[in-house]
Amino acid sequence: MVAPSLSLAYRARSLLRLETLAFPTAAAVLFLLPLVLPEFYVYFAALVLVTGLFATSLNLVLGYGGMYQFHHAVFYGAGAYAFALMLAKAHAPLWPAFLFAPLVSAMLGLLIGAICVRLSKLYFGMLQLSLGSLVWAVVFRWYSFTGGGDGLHEIPLPDAISTTRGAYYLTAVVVLICMVLLYRIVNSPFGKIFQAIRDNPQRSEAIGVDIRLHQLKGEVLAAFFAGIAGALYVVVEGSVVPDMMFWTASMEVMVMCLLGGWYTFLGPLFGAAVILGLRTFAGIYTDHWPLILGIILMAVILFFPEGVLGLLLRRANSKMELSTETEPE
Amino acid sequence: MHPAIHLTLVSLIQQVLVGLGKTTTLFIVSSGLTLVLGVLRIPNISHGALYMVGAFLAYSITRMLGGGAAGFFASLLLAPLAVAFLSLLAERFLLSRLYERDHLMLLLFTFALALIFDDLVKIVWGSGYRSLPLPAMFQGSFSFLGLALPRYSLFLLCVGPLVAIGLWFLINRTKIGKISRAAAVHREMVGAVGINVGWVFAAVFMIGCFLAGLGGALVAPTQSISQGMDASIIIEAFLIVIMGGLGNVWGALLGSLIFGLTDSLGVLILPQFSIVFPYAAVIVVLLLRPSGLLKSAW
Repeated sequence: MVAPSLSLAYRARSLLRLETLAFPTAAAVLFLLPLVLPEFYVYFAALVLVTGLFATSLNLVLGYGGMYQFHHAVFYGAGAYAFALMLAKAHAPLWPAFLFAPLVSAMLGLLIGAICVRLSKLYFGMLQLSLGSLVWAVVFRWYSFTGGGDGLHEIPLPDAISTTRGAYYLTAVVVLICMVLLYRIVNSPFGKIFQAIRDNPQRSEAIGVDIRLHQLKGEVLAAFFAGIAGALYVVVEGSVVPDMMFWTASMEVMVMCLLGGWYTFLGPLFGAAVILGLRTFAGIYTDHWPLILGIILMAVILFFPEGVLGLLLRRANSKMELSTETEPE
Repeated sequence: MHPAIHLTLVSLIQQVLVGLGKTTTLFIVSSGLTLVLGVLRIPNISHGALYMVGAFLAYSITRMLGGGAAGFFASLLLAPLAVAFLSLLAERFLLSRLYERDHLMLLLFTFALALIFDDLVKIVWGSGYRSLPLPAMFQGSFSFLGLALPRYSLFLLCVGPLVAIGLWFLINRTKIGKISRAAAVHREMVGAVGINVGWVFAAVFMIGCFLAGLGGALVAPTQSISQGMDASIIIEAFLIVIMGGLGNVWGALLGSLIFGLTDSLGVLILPQFSIVFPYAAVIVVLLLRPSGLLKSAW
């Protein structure tokens, strides 16, 4: 009899082989997509990739680390603002600005993380929610610097990426690189220890793991990748608004992770695609998207707590188990 | 006394009074949140939405009853009761199925509830904002020793202690209070001695949400009642609850005092960024006492 969390780890591992096969295909598809899709769908695909990277960076600490990362959107917003301000106010070239953004997010992650990791689960999450709201409040009120509630618009981007397709290609390349890096982090010794802490903190501590230090490292890494996603958001949208770092944005990205499946690597990306797709589609017919999202979220929590990919994976696994059980006969 | 010093002193005392008025609503809302956290272990993020529902209901009830003082006082009772009923439905049909799940799921589930309540408010009251005048008896200020004390702030200062005493009585002197304190410590044991824990939880959840509705009804005449008024109060209430110690009602009182006073006095120092002061207070408190000022119920 395997403990449930352990068997989930096995399941995740069985998906690994599938994912490594899928990688070259994904790269090819991402490259070819804009050649066949109309303009709006190219933009939409870029947005899905950005949001998917954001959700995957959250899942690093939430799904793999088991940390209550209640306010991840702050790091996303910090990256976006850092990038936008570097371009609009400091008139910096693209690449320094692009490197600056995740560094700002990582620093913020270090700061918030250092205050929060001393606390246990729910305290951690609630304090992070509060500290993140402080960052939001400062951005929201500092009209002269951040544009306040209006945000910053018409960010001066280089010509090559100011078109929809240009923005898409930059996004696709960066997201692909980041996903590979995140994948390697999850499967590195660090990632394994991280998952061990999630599954059993007491035992991990007993074998000499410094839980706080690992959680802080995870926090900084997750913030770093969220910062990259934030900068890419500015590339895709050409603007930044404080709403993207409001606490409700953090809840939404958690919903994406939940919908896709916490314990799967690609689940959050899948969840981001589903949520963004539904929101765009629902937006055509009704302005009651919050109601729809609320009902979907309830249904997922009540009926598919492992998320859609998690469920499919379990189905596939139980079939495999059945076939191995029947083999000897 | 030097006139400048006198002026500073007057504005200081008035800001303290305004801060104490804000403390009252913060305490009422956050004590409900902390009660639910302590006993049911639910980080109820829909608490803010219920506060907003309370404010909108208070608006409609006051209007329906003619807009006078009678309508106002009736709304202080009826609006929270309606909110409590709404929360009872949510608890019995939805939340009660999820008590075994972890906090993350409960948080997200209450977020779903908040989204639905928000949208229901939009459907019922539209997306514009409403405003409700103060009843005539609370308009203007009361002068005392040359100070102009706003009457409504004084009224709030009477309501705050009343609610605190009521909660103290409920928690320490009634059977349901004793059972819920026991359930907060060891819920299986309470069930094992033959008490229907489910209904105790439902009652505590209702009381907590009643307080959210009461907070909403109390602020209804003082600010514009609008979509989105829930989003800031819930974060403030969370801060207060962490600062005071999860599940500790007295901690919520202490936290509200610190939050309300640093906020209103901060306005005198840095008007644009007064919001920073309460947050700074929370960070200082948590660096010194990581699990809050008073003993947490966990």
